[in-house]
Amino acid sequence: MSEKKLLEVKHLKQHFDVPSGLKTLKLKAVDDVTFDIHEGETLGLVGESGCGKTTVGRSILQLYKPTAGEVYFDGELIQGKKTIREFRKKAQMVFQDPYSSLDPRMTVSDIIGEPLDVHKLYSNRAERDEKIKYLMDLVGLSSEHASRYAHEFSGGQRQRIGIARALAVDPKFIVCDEPVSALDVSIQAQVVNMFEDLQAKLGLTYLFIAHDLLVVKHISTRIAVMYLGKMIEIGPANEVYHNPIHPYTISLLSAVPVPDPNIARANKRIHLEGDVPSPLHMPSGCPFRTRCPRACAECAESMPELKEVRPGHFVACHKAEG
Amino acid sequence: MKKNNETLPKKNPLSLQLDVSKFELATEDEKFLQQRMRPSTTFFKDGMRRLSRNKIAMTCLCILIVIVLIVTFVPMFYPYDYSTQLGITPGQPVDGSFKNLKPFEYSSTELARIEAGEKIFPHIFGTDALGRDYAIRVIYGTRISLIVGLFASIIVLIIGTIYGSISGYYGGKVDLVMMRIVDIIYSLPDLLMIILFSVVLKQTLNLEGTVLEKLGVGMISIFIVFALLYWVGMARLIRGQILTIKQQDYVLAARSIGAKGSHIIRRHMLPNCISVIIISTALQIPSAIFTESFLSFMGLGVSMPMPSLGSLASEAIDGYASYPYRLIIPAIAICLIVLSLNLLGDGLRDAFDPKLKK
Repeated sequence: MSEKKLLEVKHLKQHFDVPSGLKTLKLKAVDDVTFDIHEGETLGLVGESGCGKTTVGRSILQLYKPTAGEVYFDGELIQGKKTIREFRKKAQMVFQDPYSSLDPRMTVSDIIGEPLDVHKLYSNRAERDEKIKYLMDLVGLSSEHASRYAHEFSGGQRQRIGIARALAVDPKFIVCDEPVSALDVSIQAQVVNMFEDLQAKLGLTYLFIAHDLLVVKHISTRIAVMYLGKMIEIGPANEVYHNPIHPYTISLLSAVPVPDPNIARANKRIHLEGDVPSPLHMPSGCPFRTRCPRACAECAESMPELKEVRPGHFVACHKAEG
Repeated sequence: MKKNNETLPKKNPLSLQLDVSKFELATEDEKFLQQRMRPSTTFFKDGMRRLSRNKIAMTCLCILIVIVLIVTFVPMFYPYDYSTQLGITPGQPVDGSFKNLKPFEYSSTELARIEAGEKIFPHIFGTDALGRDYAIRVIYGTRISLIVGLFASIIVLIIGTIYGSISGYYGGKVDLVMMRIVDIIYSLPDLLMIILFSVVLKQTLNLEGTVLEKLGVGMISIFIVFALLYWVGMARLIRGQILTIKQQDYVLAARSIGAKGSHIIRRHMLPNCISVIIISTALQIPSAIFTESFLSFMGLGVSMPMPSLGSLASEAIDGYASYPYRLIIPAIAICLIVLSLNLLGDGLRDAFDPKLKK
């Protein structure tokens, strides 16, 4: 892994307007998120449902127009139609649901060939077929299946088709939006291993979004934790997994199921009080303070900044101590 | 059997446990025989297969095919013409015996020629008050009605699809404005509009010397009215479909690839609402035929001497007491076409709508 920053996200904000009666409320799906992804690494992004993980991924890829903030790719600011079009060749996405992310009226070769068609990446028909065959090989699909429709495949195979489509433009960076959540466990392992193989073979960089902490720990170089649209902890995978600092991360990790019942019984599960506040009415200061066992007056006043508590390990908490 | 059992633990006589020794491994050949690859099927093939199982729809399809064949080919070799008044030959006195013949009846001159050994094609449905063969007029009228139905539906299809998909895809303010326009058009009473249009167009349109002259102002105004008014239903339907499809991940995936709006509409959205398009077009044809018949009946449709089913029925009203078959024949033709198309449309919906899939 090089130290070169491939992707820099600075103060990214993504707010949505939600009409409520006569007023329009702001839904702060992502609020002031800053992080970098180094070339060749996998950044795992975790958090509970509705915390803005997916929105971060989509905003980075400019599928939503960010409300504020900048995204730099390879040192270049992503802005304007032309840059975005070029950016689409370098950054791709793998979707969560392998059922709805493939057009039911298209054959596999058309699905995989679509990025090639859009960017006109071939000079003749034979070259296109050759490339599709290569991509299908790469993700472990038999090229005899090229003329079949997506509904004729199982979940794992469909996800492979989705990955082949993302790889068609030879991207450097892939946002994996919960790519294994919809698959059953044995298939999850196959697909996760394939992601690792592809990374080694093609030198890819991933932003791996998931809510399964074990999967994220397995594949990630670094882990970032989000809560209510804010990034609250980021650091090397082992460090975050074994020495979490933010109270939310601690409770999140205590909820990871352990396959050994003896250890599981010995572990104390940390239960959080209350519910996640509505992102339409965010609490002042730190968003986690309403459920935090360590909350104090300071937490209600200001949002803590991410600060380096241990080398490479950043935490956004007033009470965090190395 | 007993020998093998010795190695296994003793079995309870009532146990349902399977005897492993009775099983043997399948050979490679046997495994191969078990492989069943379902042939790859397309959406269209699948739908047609289901349609072909629907007896009512298939009967209707056959009736429609027969009607289309008749109206296309019969006029080519039919001995009479829809506009020729029989018994009128230039330079000779008018032969009145051709008027108002009953089915299969011959005029006195024809009878005389038959006596002389000539063969004469019968007037299957008789002749009308002007001495024109009625069978060919009905065939011609059916042809006109079908053409009106088909073309009006195509116009509606094209305008409605383009308008609806643009409105649905771009959404927001564009959608709001476009749909309010649709609402305004929808709220206008269509028959009043058609009557006004045909009256105004008759005076303003100058068709003399053009190809369109033969069609007549009435037909042109029907097409214009369909183009202006009837696409709104289709546009709403397509918009609704597009709005649902827009939420699908594969549209987002296409955007993340870098596809433009027109590409997404063409490659992803329209193919996915093709079933709705097929069905509503099939159901649009009979409604267009019915409107045309209705207008012709009121005297606003095709212009003389060209017949349409509606105008034939309208003319027949006068002599209804003496010649009821002249009203019944075109009425049956209208019913047959409209009913067949409606039932076929229903069959298509059952076959192509994935939500009704069993």
